[in-house]
Amino acid sequence: MFIDWLLAPLQYEFMLRGMAAAILVGIVCAVVGTYVVLRGMAFFGDALAHTILPGIALGYIISGGARDTLFWWALGTAIVAALGIGVISKQAQVREDTAIGIIFAGTFALGIALISTVRSYAVDLSHFLFGDVLGVSSHSLWLIVIFGGIVLLTIAAFYKEFMTLSFDPILAITLRLPVGLLNNLLLTLIAVTVAVSLQTVGVALMVAMLVTPAATAYLLTHRLPVMMSLAAIFASLSGVIGLYLSYYLSIASGAAIVLTATLFFLLAFLWKRMKSV
Amino acid sequence: MYSHSHHLDDRPILDVRNLNVRYTGYSALEEISFHLHAGERVAVVGPNGAGKSTLFKAVAGVLQPSSGEVTIYGSGPRGHICIAYIPQRSQVDWKFPVSVADVVMMGRIAKLGLLGWPKKSDWEHVHRALKTVNMDDLSKRQISQLSGGQQQRMFIARAIAQEAELMLMDEPLTGLDTPSQESLLDLLDTLREQHVTVMVATHDLEQAARHFDRIMLLNHRLIAFGEPTAVMRTEILLQAYGTRLRPVDGQAGMVTLDDSCCDEGEHDHVH
Repeated sequence: MFIDWLLAPLQYEFMLRGMAAAILVGIVCAVVGTYVVLRGMAFFGDALAHTILPGIALGYIISGGARDTLFWWALGTAIVAALGIGVISKQAQVREDTAIGIIFAGTFALGIALISTVRSYAVDLSHFLFGDVLGVSSHSLWLIVIFGGIVLLTIAAFYKEFMTLSFDPILAITLRLPVGLLNNLLLTLIAVTVAVSLQTVGVALMVAMLVTPAATAYLLTHRLPVMMSLAAIFASLSGVIGLYLSYYLSIASGAAIVLTATLFFLLAFLWKRMKSV
Repeated sequence: MYSHSHHLDDRPILDVRNLNVRYTGYSALEEISFHLHAGERVAVVGPNGAGKSTLFKAVAGVLQPSSGEVTIYGSGPRGHICIAYIPQRSQVDWKFPVSVADVVMMGRIAKLGLLGWPKKSDWEHVHRALKTVNMDDLSKRQISQLSGGQQQRMFIARAIAQEAELMLMDEPLTGLDTPSQESLLDLLDTLREQHVTVMVATHDLEQAARHFDRIMLLNHRLIAFGEPTAVMRTEILLQAYGTRLRPVDGQAGMVTLDDSCCDEGEHDHVH
């Protein structure tokens, strides 16, 4: 009975592709999100996800609504936006979070304005904002595998550098690590992650995938590799469970995934509270 | 990327000339000049905001001076990996998910090079460093579970693993109980035996006078730098601390320092 319940959605190929995408994106977001959480970059991550909307909109208009090229538009915009925010937030005229807030809202508005020039834009806009994991093509799935893989390999290669830089930036400088380069590399990795995740959870809910599983893991462990692994497990589970919820309760897939991840966080939070009493 | 300067042994380990550090609107350090020879132990004292941390950061090459020059064995600090800056404990994210051994291993990563992984010899360095600070049994512990004294000694172990020859310790004694302070001061003796040059920022004038070869009195400018008996004189201390210094009696060096106005209730006494 339960087996049938589990297998029923999997007879559809779009469900299988959606599951695969949700799991892969979950793992990549969770691992990168570990640094987003440890370095207090949640607001940056949220802003970055929103700033790519005008890029996607432009690609959408130019390609006449084709979906497969949108990844490249998202990727390009995300990298430019990430490094741009990095530069602007170093200026001393306004506080960093204020600067990010202005850029984030301004570019997001530009994106909506661009998309609204296209007639019957509402459906596509909602896909960009909230994701459309069940519409993932096999082409998109391959892009997720390749670019997600690059992100994970880079994080692994620079593991000790990123850890040191995040824990003690002054130590990183006195050890003469290429600190500026590493910081920009991390911003770029977050940007690639945002582009990779676009179709799964959408712009508006992206920050949840970056932050929530990593924060859940943070509550449960004191070791960085364990935190990354646990975050990846929570994120993958959220993807799978979220898709089942979406299938059986007919709720939006991105929202279902994020709600599941949030539930994991609440459970971990309560467990931690009870343990410390 | 990891090319490091050679040490010219006939030059002082640290030579600071006419160092100025200006932030927008005010001068943190003005015209600081001094030099240290290898193996010296110096206490840097001065009121809060006197520029002690700024001086350390300029010496470590973390902060670019507005003018003047810092040289380590004859060349600029940014070519050297032999300088360790040990942060104030309040500046550290103690909830970061790393163990004591992880933190000490961070001291080795410049030697490992980009993409390099710790080898057996690196772990031996880490464990030897932890043994030196008497923390070998705590290597697997998460850093939030350490006492204040253990936190401080862990950072010194990291500097040892880094094979640092110049250690800059920012307020290491602040907030420690007396036994922890004693064990830290013992550790400074061990470092001296290993010919490590140490600069310690401290609030405690009495400890500075008792345990250090020379005292540097700083308040944006270098007010005095010399042996404790030469520096710990009321008229000199008054220049650094102004009205916050209250002479107890007429004898030189017999003063009470009331430094609580801009600190979390710290009191330092000199008798």
